[in-house]
Amino acid sequence: MAFDYEKYIRPGKLPHIWCPGCGHGIVMKGLIRAMDSLNLVKEETAIVSGIGCASRLPGYIDCCTLHTAHGRAAAFATGVKLAKPEMNVILVGGDGDGTAIGGNHFIHACRRNINMTYIIMNNYIYGMTGGQFSPATPTGHKASTTPYGNPDPNFDIAKLAIGAGASFVARGTAFHANQIDKLIAEAIQHKGFSVVEILDDCPTTYGRRNKYKSVIEMMNRLKEVAVPVKAAEKMTAEQLEGKILTGVLHKVERPEYCEEYAKVIERAGGAK
Amino acid sequence: MSKKVAFLQGNEAAAYGALYAGCTFFAGYPITPSTEVSEVLSAELPKIGGKFIQMEDEIGAMAALLGGALAGKKALTSTSGPGLSLKQELIGYGCIAEIPCVVYNVMRGGPSTGMPTGPSQSDVMCAKWGTHGDHATIALMPASVQETYEMIVRAFNLAEKYRMPVHVLPDEIVAHMRERVVFPEPGELEVINRTAPSVPPAEYKPYDTKFGDVPPLAAFGSGYKFHVTGLNKLPDGFPTTKAEYVQAEEERQIRKVTANIDEIVEFEEFMLDDAEICVVAYGSTSRSARYAVNAAREQGIKVGMFRIKTFWPFPDKQIKALAGKVKGFIVPEMNLGMCSLEVERCAQGKAQILGINRVDGEPINPEQIIEKIKEVK
Amino acid sequence: MARYELRFSGAGGQGLITAGIILAEAASIHEGKQAVQSQSYGPEARGGASKSEVIIDDVPVDYPKATKVDALLALTQEACDKYSADLKDGGILLYDTDLVTRLPEGNFKKIGFNIINTAKNEVGREIVANIVALGAMIALTGVVSRENGEKAVLSRVPEAFLELNKKAYAAGFEKALAASK
Repeated sequence: MAFDYEKYIRPGKLPHIWCPGCGHGIVMKGLIRAMDSLNLVKEETAIVSGIGCASRLPGYIDCCTLHTAHGRAAAFATGVKLAKPEMNVILVGGDGDGTAIGGNHFIHACRRNINMTYIIMNNYIYGMTGGQFSPATPTGHKASTTPYGNPDPNFDIAKLAIGAGASFVARGTAFHANQIDKLIAEAIQHKGFSVVEILDDCPTTYGRRNKYKSVIEMMNRLKEVAVPVKAAEKMTAEQLEGKILTGVLHKVERPEYCEEYAKVIERAGGAK
Repeated sequence: MSKKVAFLQGNEAAAYGALYAGCTFFAGYPITPSTEVSEVLSAELPKIGGKFIQMEDEIGAMAALLGGALAGKKALTSTSGPGLSLKQELIGYGCIAEIPCVVYNVMRGGPSTGMPTGPSQSDVMCAKWGTHGDHATIALMPASVQETYEMIVRAFNLAEKYRMPVHVLPDEIVAHMRERVVFPEPGELEVINRTAPSVPPAEYKPYDTKFGDVPPLAAFGSGYKFHVTGLNKLPDGFPTTKAEYVQAEEERQIRKVTANIDEIVEFEEFMLDDAEICVVAYGSTSRSARYAVNAAREQGIKVGMFRIKTFWPFPDKQIKALAGKVKGFIVPEMNLGMCSLEVERCAQGKAQILGINRVDGEPINPEQIIEKIKEVK
Repeated sequence: MARYELRFSGAGGQGLITAGIILAEAASIHEGKQAVQSQSYGPEARGGASKSEVIIDDVPVDYPKATKVDALLALTQEACDKYSADLKDGGILLYDTDLVTRLPEGNFKKIGFNIINTAKNEVGREIVANIVALGAMIALTGVVSRENGEKAVLSRVPEAFLELNKKAYAAGFEKALAASK
């Protein structure tokens, strides 16, 4: 029997706003399968986002959903989680939202290691505003505001998360759809701040400016550059040139913020 | 006589007032001259199982505050000038999404870094107009340490009752000076809690005007699931661009305050009965004004004071009525004429308006006000 | 009693803010009067000249800052130069005789003794110089009773330092009385 996505979709809220060929829907389906596999209770789950195409995702999911301001998802979510640590808190958003305007909130959520999962759909561009370059746009590539090629170096979002202290960091792609739910489920189950970067595509504002002839070509590129971490172990530096590692990149145990705050309450004599 | 008393700073009293009001969540960022609020609450909140978080920046603090409030907590942040500027983005979010919370902003010199330890009253317009778009504003102006305690409680009441962010705007003098505070007993001050939904989760809409201009707000994690956005929205919380909904929603949000203005606006009239001159003052400046009015009365001058306790909504009705009675208004304030503009608007040319304006980090002293009183023709 | 204004001034770190707070507490909590305390802040409070002001009245204090100072304590020359201009005619200037050598002109009582050295050598710890000064200010002004001043001091200090502070307070009180004769 086919998987029933309707279970977690809000009645009457589809169709979504995403363009044909956009990978965000693939990620949303992966998220729903992950939520289902963990039997997340809708009323006990908050999905929080910022602004942008990817940040429209919470509206479609039948949970407590919070579509915040640009870049602020991690900070709003931190408030929700600290106020109600028993809730599952999942953040979704894009590369510009999460690592430019929301960069400070992002690195500090990583540092606190607060038990939430952040799914970053990295399509290398600001899609909703019409294709301006983001911190993830590769150097030299074209965007509506880099007509001569992007002069900016770009972030490796997964490495940024690891460096800032996230205790679980994984990377998948919109092409490897069947892996997305597993990465997200493992991230949700991990105690601490978990980041799942999904390499995504934006045919409308990125693809057409960067000589991708079709969505299929963009998807094929994701297929070609992705190398699972296990496979990479057996490859030479030369073979890894231009490749991007996927799978669970980083997983450590570190004190979790809400648990640490519970200890503060205990030390202050406020524990029930 | 068994009431607990203490000798506290305004900022400390604000923290204890918040606890009295039932605040269990604080998110902030260190900034002079408001940090004593966070220092007290970082110690006191965990004692009652409450949560205190110091965020990475002012915007993050406002965001976490709104998150905590949506999760059902009575939530407070404290800040000052530059922090208020940064928080404006999300104060607007609190307005449109109708999330109750209290923003305690200690007014210091500005713009920008200005004079971090100098007193000022130059954030009154920022509190009203700082965030973009149309929205209602409530801002309370304490003039003493005891009043700071009580106004924080009232700010929470108004925030919860009208489902919106509420400002408390002490100037640095009130925030930092110490006075005796008599702690009210439980039950002595009114404490208003959020109205929970009366409908089952399946029927719940977060902006359901069937329940009036202030629809009940459910908490995340309380069995209700709903959507919250900063976009213009329908009663069910989902975005809309339909003209008739957007217009009605914006008007309703402002009506929450305008329709209840008599209940929200508080003020004090001091020696105004036979006054020919009215000093309009607020915050610590009203203390100089009181001194000046007493001194001028001794010299036989018929002067009184209208003390603004609620700056927003502005006491239009009262100032308009006074404008028909007095020859002139004196408006002393630690800015270059913000309240004066409002008084001018209300007075409609019926009375002379003389400002006393100081932005040099020094308080307006009674002598300055006495001199100005004598200038009224 | 009518409005009475006191200013404690000296260098940041001399404990003047605390002395002001204790006096205001003595007046408003223990003596049942009205009091407001305020102070200088920021870089100024972390070195250089620093001040703490206390206004005491029988009725609620309106203007919380000093208008004409009734009694001024100066523990450094810099503070004395900076903060003595608005000392009232007939007011009181209490100063440290070792540190303040140039006294301002004016029609007020000038009373001095070696405040810091009293703390250091007679009481035993320089850190209680502020309490010596507080005892002296209370003795000279009578704004609160000797007993209420002591109560306020003792309710602020940890158990282990009660005796030290008691001694400092008494030394200041006695020395000021002796110096004013």
